[in-house]
Amino acid sequence: MQQLLDRFIESRGWTGDWAIELVYFLGMLFFAVALLLVVVTPFTGIVSWAERRIAARMQSRVGPNRVGPQGILQWAADGLKCILKEDLIPEDADRILFTAAPYLVFCGLFGAFAVLPFSEHLVIADLDAGAFYVMAITSLVPLGIIMSGWASNNKWSLLGGMRSAAQIISYEIPAALSLLAVVLAAGTLSLQGIIRAQGWSPADWFLFRNPFLFTGFFYFFVANLAEGNRTPFDLPEAESELVAGYSTEYSGMRFAFFMLAEWANLYVVASVVNVAFLGGWNVPPIAEGVVLTILQMVVFAAKSLVLVFVIIWVRWTLPRLRVDQMMLLCWKYLVPLSFLNVLGTAVWMMIVPEGSAAGRVASWLLVLVGLSLSGLFGLRVRKNLKDADVGRLYLNPFS
Amino acid sequence: MKALRTEDMTLNMGPHHPSTHGVLRFILTSDGEVVHSCRPDVGYLHRSIEKIGEIMTYIGFMPYTDRVDYVCAMNANWGYALAVEKLAKIEVPRRAEFLRAIVGELNRISSHLVALGTMAMDLGAITPFPWALRERERVNDLFEEICGARLTHNYVWIGGVAFDAPDGWLEKVRRFIDSFEKMIPEFNRLITGNKIFHERLVGVGVIDRKTALAYGISGPNLRASGVDWDIRRDIPYGIYPELAFDIPIGGDALGCIDDGYARFVIRVREMEESLKIVRQCLDRFPHEEKEHRTRIRKVKPPVGSVYVASEAPRGELGFFIVSNGTEKAERMRIRTGSFTAMSVVEKIAPGLMVADLVALIASLDVVAPEIDR
Repeated sequence: MQQLLDRFIESRGWTGDWAIELVYFLGMLFFAVALLLVVVTPFTGIVSWAERRIAARMQSRVGPNRVGPQGILQWAADGLKCILKEDLIPEDADRILFTAAPYLVFCGLFGAFAVLPFSEHLVIADLDAGAFYVMAITSLVPLGIIMSGWASNNKWSLLGGMRSAAQIISYEIPAALSLLAVVLAAGTLSLQGIIRAQGWSPADWFLFRNPFLFTGFFYFFVANLAEGNRTPFDLPEAESELVAGYSTEYSGMRFAFFMLAEWANLYVVASVVNVAFLGGWNVPPIAEGVVLTILQMVVFAAKSLVLVFVIIWVRWTLPRLRVDQMMLLCWKYLVPLSFLNVLGTAVWMMIVPEGSAAGRVASWLLVLVGLSLSGLFGLRVRKNLKDADVGRLYLNPFS
Repeated sequence: MKALRTEDMTLNMGPHHPSTHGVLRFILTSDGEVVHSCRPDVGYLHRSIEKIGEIMTYIGFMPYTDRVDYVCAMNANWGYALAVEKLAKIEVPRRAEFLRAIVGELNRISSHLVALGTMAMDLGAITPFPWALRERERVNDLFEEICGARLTHNYVWIGGVAFDAPDGWLEKVRRFIDSFEKMIPEFNRLITGNKIFHERLVGVGVIDRKTALAYGISGPNLRASGVDWDIRRDIPYGIYPELAFDIPIGGDALGCIDDGYARFVIRVREMEESLKIVRQCLDRFPHEEKEHRTRIRKVKPPVGSVYVASEAPRGELGFFIVSNGTEKAERMRIRTGSFTAMSVVEKIAPGLMVADLVALIASLDVVAPEIDR
């Protein structure tokens, strides 16, 4: 795919047999996009099912469990329902913008899948500017959201759209800066290159490369939560304040596109964090060929899905911030701190060269810090479970 | 350069808005997110209950009191029964008094659970709500067992209670309060101690003592403003004088006073106090007495009027009844806590953000049918 793109860019002058080239190129593009949609849409659907089931479990409910085994096909039933629903466009809405907005949101998020790797060789396009591309293409989302908010001709939608614009544009800065620190450490913008610069053991991950990147992970994660409109930053669609925010006036398939994009975003966010900090598809060199690819896919998906779970978990635990508090968090804390991160990472790379003994020691120390933090968390959970009367919660999650 | 002309936006919040707890409507003018004025428009749930009270007999009106506040129907029943009993001078058996106190406090718990759960949900935390409703279901199960109804109970009758407690019911109540006692710390860990929750509620929607008194706010909202007033203790009724319980006041609860967080914490602590009351009632329950109701054919109070207030979960629930000596009341007037709480929104709202306004309304725990009646 990449060669194709390169060739396309090189042959800008349309020299030679350009008609055949063009047809071939368009065919390949269509094939890639179709493959992507066929793979990604069910995946997104299953993430939505997982979120609903996990949320239900956290809330002592059962959740969707009727369509397919354990309700795993619920997304398909919901999709079908949305297709059959009337596609309502308010009379006073701006028809063109109103109809275009969901596709823009959808394209923004699904475009990101083009550079997301699944294994060492399984990637649609390993762009040189992959990290940059992800930031850029996901920026289509706020545009779509503002368009939907404005075009709906509904004040609540407008408020939601404005909130979203303010939020996503603000949080782009810490997210981009944190990613910049990673790019500094990796020396490349290519997502595959970033993964290759890491190793399979946690000590080789950028998460534990140096103290700045360690904290940068959290800034990046929080900023990405905010960019993805997830609780505690789900202000644009704050259902208790703004009815349903920008999607208030949408119905049928257009609404489904927004929801699909939301859950696709969940996986995009998790994957980008995984690529940047958690070593991506790196596995110990114990296999080769197809087995290696499968192993890499499993490892990559597992890491991403753990992050997806964390995001879901956060959503169903925390309340929502207020608009000004969210902005305050971004501009007063995240932006300066992530600037500090970029500087700190640069200085660290000067003082402690990559691969030096001091660097290894620091990495392992940070791994220890990470382990002890999770250990403390585990102890806390155990104590809370002991205090809680768990036996009383008789609900069977797999009923 | 000529300044851009800006104008306030008029927002119509409700009656279908998700955080207006039923059908409330607020007409906001706002500058973006900042509310400049907020006018509550009540009456969407007006069912002429007071007028119905004048065309029904005293006994026949009892089921309608359920609908005054269906989140705490027991307390509404009780308040009405108290007023009629005082007017017609009807004695209530001691066993009935205990049953009334038990169901009244259980209903206070379930009502506060709804209040706390929806308050958290309005601030974006969804999980506390199903957790609260999970516990409320167990209270409803208890109510279903004693009176057959889960929401509108019509259990407290004039002169006593409708049914005696079935066998083993009191043990079930004890089992519930034993396990619910552990639920409160769990709930606190989930939401009360949450940092974001603090940020959203501390210092938001401050109703100072003077304003609270001036607007006639009552119940937990009044106590959150630091006024030590509880009708159960200060104008005692039922068996409350015999029971020992504390009145949580704003200011002593985690140092918060006047604001939304104080109103939240007060309700959590009132649930604890209700548990205490139920436990005492169970310990002292008069098993030897068998009568749970004074048998009355007809309620025909002498000419006169009466106002009796009782402490419902949403504040003072008072019935003012004018009798003309017949079986029907001449005039029926119901004073509810939500109505006065609603009136203060107009004073407090200017300057808040839309999200804060939602928090304020949620923290006042208004229930639409109780406002309109």
